[in-house]
Amino acid sequence: MLEVSNIHSGYGRVQILFGASLTARPGEITCVMGRNGAGKTTAMKAIMGLLPLSQGTVSLDGEIISTLPAHEVPHRRIGYVPQGRRLFSDLSVAENIEVGLMTCKEGRATRDEVLDIFPRLRERLHQRAETLSGGEQQMLATARALCLRPRVLLLDEPTEGLQPSMIEAIRQVIVTLRDQGVAILLVEQRVDAVLAIADRVTFLENGRSADTVTVDALRATPDLMHRYLGV
Amino acid sequence: MLASLEGAVTAATLALTAMGLSLVFGVMRVVNVAHGEFYMLGAVIAWFVSTTLGTHPAIGFVGALIVAPVLVGLLAAAADRLILARINYDPERTIVATIGLLYILQQSTLMTFGPDARPVEPPFNSRIALPWWRQGENGLEMFYPWGLATTSYKLFIIVAAVAILIGLWVLLTRTRIGLVMRATQADREMATAFGIPVERVYAMVFGLGAGLAALGAVLIVPVQQAHYLMGADPLLLSFIVVIIGGLGSLPGTIIAALLIGMSDGIISVFFSPTLAKILATLVVAMVLVFRPQGLLGKASA
Ligand SMILES: Nc1ncnc2c1ncn2[C@@H]1O[C@H](COP(=O)(O)OP(=O)(O)O)[C@@H](O)[C@H]1O
Ligand SMILES: [Mg+2]
Repeated sequence: MLEVSNIHSGYGRVQILFGASLTARPGEITCVMGRNGAGKTTAMKAIMGLLPLSQGTVSLDGEIISTLPAHEVPHRRIGYVPQGRRLFSDLSVAENIEVGLMTCKEGRATRDEVLDIFPRLRERLHQRAETLSGGEQQMLATARALCLRPRVLLLDEPTEGLQPSMIEAIRQVIVTLRDQGVAILLVEQRVDAVLAIADRVTFLENGRSADTVTVDALRATPDLMHRYLGV
Repeated sequence: MLASLEGAVTAATLALTAMGLSLVFGVMRVVNVAHGEFYMLGAVIAWFVSTTLGTHPAIGFVGALIVAPVLVGLLAAAADRLILARINYDPERTIVATIGLLYILQQSTLMTFGPDARPVEPPFNSRIALPWWRQGENGLEMFYPWGLATTSYKLFIIVAAVAILIGLWVLLTRTRIGLVMRATQADREMATAFGIPVERVYAMVFGLGAGLAALGAVLIVPVQQAHYLMGADPLLLSFIVVIIGGLGSLPGTIIAALLIGMSDGIISVFFSPTLAKILATLVVAMVLVFRPQGLLGKASA
């Protein structure tokens, strides 16, 4: 279980998070919602150790990971699919996957398994990542994170700008992982998508976590959406 | 012909030195003004090693070929940890810091090594007469004109530089460590998010870059002599090469090194070294005006 409690963080002197707390449980999909600029992406980076915390902790199964050097956080099998994909664009598809495999010293078996999930990547192994289509890039970003055999998977707006068939493919992968017991933390803006797959939703407002509700409670009180998202 | 051979020797060592600068800039986004001093240190260490091991020039040379780049590389890696990492690789401050490093290295060398230029004996050095062709009675025939000769050592420099560059290419494209460097270059933050210890990679790249400069110097020092001020020219030429080739583009760096090295050699032989530098600087100005990203560089994102 990934527990984020009361983290304060930001970029240099600009503080963005003022007490964000959330929990991602194994076998559940926890969605993070909030308006643009609420600090969702910043929270993901802070969890990955990419931004320094001035207060608060992140822990995984009881171990505090927010004091680790940033490059050791992924060694705990925390996979990250960042907003905007952030592939190693000069590297080939195969090399992007190789970097993912190196993180937790995974080998051929994991590589084959991941490529079985995304057969389109297998056909393009030697293509440079930046020459892939948007959907294929998102597949690669997801595949790279799956190479860690993650216990926790962070996905930051993975369906942004994708066509419906691709959104469905990504959704399938997320649901399968959840069923395998992975703790999933998903930043998602589309209300219908959240209602369809989330177990719990945490709302972020101005860098603070404002509310955490189960998806059933959310269905019952639609004005929450209006309050935190303005929809 | 002779001039182009001289040019090829310049191009070969320049390619190594510029490659180091380009690698450091590409991966770390650091403009290393002290790069020429790492080159100079390579030559000076080569002199120390070959005079201490002074049995046969070849033994001293091979010793220098190993010791100089390794020592210089370690020194550079330490400088990265102690200085550049402390200032967070802030672009302006790294320039100031490496200028400081330049003077520290230069003046320490002056104090220990002294102001004299000292020669290193080449490991082997036989004169090779070069054939040429002329129209004879029975068509084209080969002859050995007087004055057209080079030394076996100069040919060795070219062969060695090519071998080292191929080795570097294999390291960067075919090994894990190369993959890690390229991933760090592509996206430092994502490299961290995938478990790559970026600080260690930076120290290694800075050391490798300095080691390449030192290697270039060890190769050239039997022809040129070691001197504490010898770092200025290679620094200038490396900058020119890196800018023309496209910042951070390694193939571009090689092509530009060939271009600048060859023309520098040829113009120096026929006219004057100063004219060669002036022309090279002119080329840089033209490239900056018409193709700011360099010959093979990509427009910055
Ligand atoms: N690298 C950065 N440096 C400074 N401020 C940033 C940086 N990235 C994002 N911000 C600011 O942090 C705030 C939150 O951004 P972000 O976490 O990306 O929001 P969200 O993902 O919820 O849309 C915004 O006001 C944004 O301008
Ligand atoms: Mg965001």
